[in-house]
Amino acid sequence: MKSKPVLIIGVGTAYRNDDAAGLIVAERLKARLPEGASAIIHEGEGVSLMEQLADAEAAVLIDAMCSGAEPGTIRRFDAGAQSPPAQMFRHSTHAIGIAEAIELGRALRKLPRRLIVYGIEGRNFDAGTQLAPAVEASIETVTHRVLEEAHQLLASEELPAETRS
Amino acid sequence: MKPKTFKVDMLARVEGEGGLYVKLKNNTVADVQLKIFEPPRFFEAFLRGRRFEEVPDITARICGICPVAYQMSAVHAMENAFGVKVEGQLRALRRLLYCGEWIESHVLHIYMLHAPDFLGYPDAIQMARDHSEVVQRGLRLKKTGNEIVRLVGGREVHPINVRVGGFYKVPTRRELEPLAEQLKWARDAALETVRFVAKLPFPDFEHDYVFVALRHPEEYPYNEGHLVSNDGLDISIDHYDKYFTEEHVEHSNALHSTLKNTGAYFVGPLARYNLNFDRLSSLAQEAAREAGLGSGCRNPFQSIVVRAVETLYACDEALRIIDQYEPPPVAAVDVHPRAATGYGCTEAPRGMLYHRYKVSDEGLILDAKIVPPTSQNQKVIEQDVTQFVTKYLALPQEELQWKCEQAIRNYDPCISCATHFLKLEISEQQAIGNGQKPMGG
Repeated sequence: MKSKPVLIIGVGTAYRNDDAAGLIVAERLKARLPEGASAIIHEGEGVSLMEQLADAEAAVLIDAMCSGAEPGTIRRFDAGAQSPPAQMFRHSTHAIGIAEAIELGRALRKLPRRLIVYGIEGRNFDAGTQLAPAVEASIETVTHRVLEEAHQLLASEELPAETRS
Repeated sequence: MKPKTFKVDMLARVEGEGGLYVKLKNNTVADVQLKIFEPPRFFEAFLRGRRFEEVPDITARICGICPVAYQMSAVHAMENAFGVKVEGQLRALRRLLYCGEWIESHVLHIYMLHAPDFLGYPDAIQMARDHSEVVQRGLRLKKTGNEIVRLVGGREVHPINVRVGGFYKVPTRRELEPLAEQLKWARDAALETVRFVAKLPFPDFEHDYVFVALRHPEEYPYNEGHLVSNDGLDISIDHYDKYFTEEHVEHSNALHSTLKNTGAYFVGPLARYNLNFDRLSSLAQEAAREAGLGSGCRNPFQSIVVRAVETLYACDEALRIIDQYEPPPVAAVDVHPRAATGYGCTEAPRGMLYHRYKVSDEGLILDAKIVPPTSQNQKVIEQDVTQFVTKYLALPQEELQWKCEQAIRNYDPCISCATHFLKLEISEQQAIGNGQKPMGG
């Protein structure tokens, strides 16, 4: 039995400008989530990320993207069927990243039943604590959206299995 | 069709960024270059002017997989400089901490980076689909290693509990009990791992290496010992600079290390195993024999088996330490800096890691030298690939290329460690250069 009905994971790196986006969303949500939902921050190491996901019935992951889109662009992926493209999310050559963590979880059949991934396109990933204005705005937007998702995911879990669409 | 020059722009399943360049001419190998283009990070330069107490925390950042190794070499070097001895249970706790790192580093490599090669998978994820239980065993085993580091070191990555003289806090016996339970499972899982990798298909590829490792009168080496080789070397670690040299080569951001008068040498699990088999626990020795390894092994492809044997040893050793543990009266011994040069040489998972610091009478670092294991293995990696390509020239190019990458993964290279330093030419815009006065002097 999984211990977390709905888990929000903000992934990122503090002190790397826009790479903190996911962390900030998770921090802002902590005090606002309904009962049954919880939020954590995570620095993105794939194996431990996979283990966090394995413990959740449903999860929403938020991270900064580096895909070449306009800074502030928001993308939403339902990772239930397939993984978001690996190149979207910044990953280092030193560890297994988000996309690999999700695929590894899928291969081991340890993914949550619902897994939504939000990406916020960053502009600057150098050392620092400055957020691009477009990224700041999107952080607010995504915070609201993820809060809605959390409510919806909790509601769908209360329904008996046969009535879920 | 004759194979042409080929290159791998970005090596997969190695830690850090590197490439490989192989030049063929008239059906012979003309040149092999392990290209390390991960940017250099100048640790040796910016350590100057820092206080000696900061050295374990700063050098830990050189690597996220083997931070304990950096901390251990660093604190031992400082203790060597100041005439400080860390013994008894504090010494045992350091060994325990190192066991944790060996377990998590070796297991990560065996299961996630190396085994896919032998089983014909492009990566661990594909392998996980078909071998779910095996991969889960590996992940749980790695987690045990992480748990040791968290408990003794204070944090899983870049431990915060290590200091010159010992630790900031030592565990109680009670705190170690759940870990011991996990380790009993881990020891069994490690034995299963040895059995699992022993069955993998290994190409016939042996070489006469010059192996270099620490050797200790009683223990399989972690933190202490003499530097020995299978070629007659037997020196105390403070003589390292007399026998070893580093040079910059154009195609690598990591310095190449050689033994003066001998050339390339090989550090790491295979070197330790060949030079210290008799120091392994009897359980580990038995498992090695059962796996078909003699007391010596010169096939780098079988390094995966040696890593598994070392993982088993580390579980065994960790249990022995916990069983005999009594909390020491103090978490650290007194340390008083003095003007001196100190040497530390410990066995990181990937091999011998050498630190040397010159310290002022106020305890400020004047000079630092750090030689990581992967730097030391660069030449032997290039030599091995040369031999390997020569032997397998008849293979189709794509398969040959793949096999070369696999050959490099035998070394479990840690490229971030290797590039911590580059000899820098002073240019107009650079603020840091050789010979600058230390800060805060």
